[in-house]
Amino acid sequence: MFFDEVPPDTSIYMVAGYVIFFVVTAIYVASLFIRASNLSRDLETLKEAEEEQAAPAVEVASPPRVAPKPRAARAKTSKARTAKTKQASRKTR
Amino acid sequence: MQAKPTTLKVLDIVSLLLLAVAAYLALFYAPEEATMGQVQRVFYFHVATAWTGLLGFVAAGVAGILYLIRKEERWDIIEVAAVEISLVFFFITIVLGSIWARPVWNAWWTWDPRLTTAAITELVYIAYLMLRQGIEDPVKRARFGAIYTILGAISAPVTFFVIRLVRTIHPVIIGSGDPGAQGTFAMTAGMKVAFFFALFTFTVIFVDLFWNRILLGRLSARVEELKLSVLR
Repeated sequence: MFFDEVPPDTSIYMVAGYVIFFVVTAIYVASLFIRASNLSRDLETLKEAEEEQAAPAVEVASPPRVAPKPRAARAKTSKARTAKTKQASRKTR
Repeated sequence: MQAKPTTLKVLDIVSLLLLAVAAYLALFYAPEEATMGQVQRVFYFHVATAWTGLLGFVAAGVAGILYLIRKEERWDIIEVAAVEISLVFFFITIVLGSIWARPVWNAWWTWDPRLTTAAITELVYIAYLMLRQGIEDPVKRARFGAIYTILGAISAPVTFFVIRLVRTIHPVIIGSGDPGAQGTFAMTAGMKVAFFFALFTFTVIFVDLFWNRILLGRLSARVEELKLSVLR
């Protein structure tokens, strides 16, 4: 009635409290989402890099290795090469 | 983005809906308190966030013990997840408490035992995250984290029981507290509904965020592992 005590107006504090709660929670949830999407992107990039690293190693290994020529055959080819160079030098003279 | 489990997606939606209902109950359903006015409505989320905050710190301590026993990386991931979420919730608790205290105690902050232990707990876990950043070796980091969270978990029961054991101005709503406490009130039936629903809601939200954060931790560990293998 007339002498009834009216509660003080503290609604501004209540509003501030709930605004802070929702803002902080939203920031945290957003940070979780952003971190997850960044990590997913990093994971894909790293997977690609790993595949690229693995691919050239296979190419190098794939061509069959040529067996080295025997010593006599190597000597023949070197003699032929020196004869050719001598002929070429004579022509130029 | 990696695909989320369907159960987690459902839990995300349920958490949002529960939060909306809890906010409605706290802001509109619960009756206005006679002496403090509207600011008393902050109490519902203040206590609920404090509950989940302390729950997470204890969970981190348990994960720390399990890491030391089993030496499995997943316990380290769980431990960090629990600490991070609890830090956010406990920060909200402290801020909401401070906002409530301004019109009721006429001060934003006092070095009351409850407020002091709460601030120390928050700082202890901020330091935990900062110190972890400084350790590069993952095994050393996990071992350090485990021991730290086991010791840190002691601060949770201390913070909870301090208002029941020591002279304080912080009110105790459930159970008996110091008669000199300022801002005490008796809960009506409507207030109890809003209060217990908020406690339940925040427990569900904690589980949801915890699960999301564990998945993030696993993803982060996978990226770190791949980085090392690419660099080798």
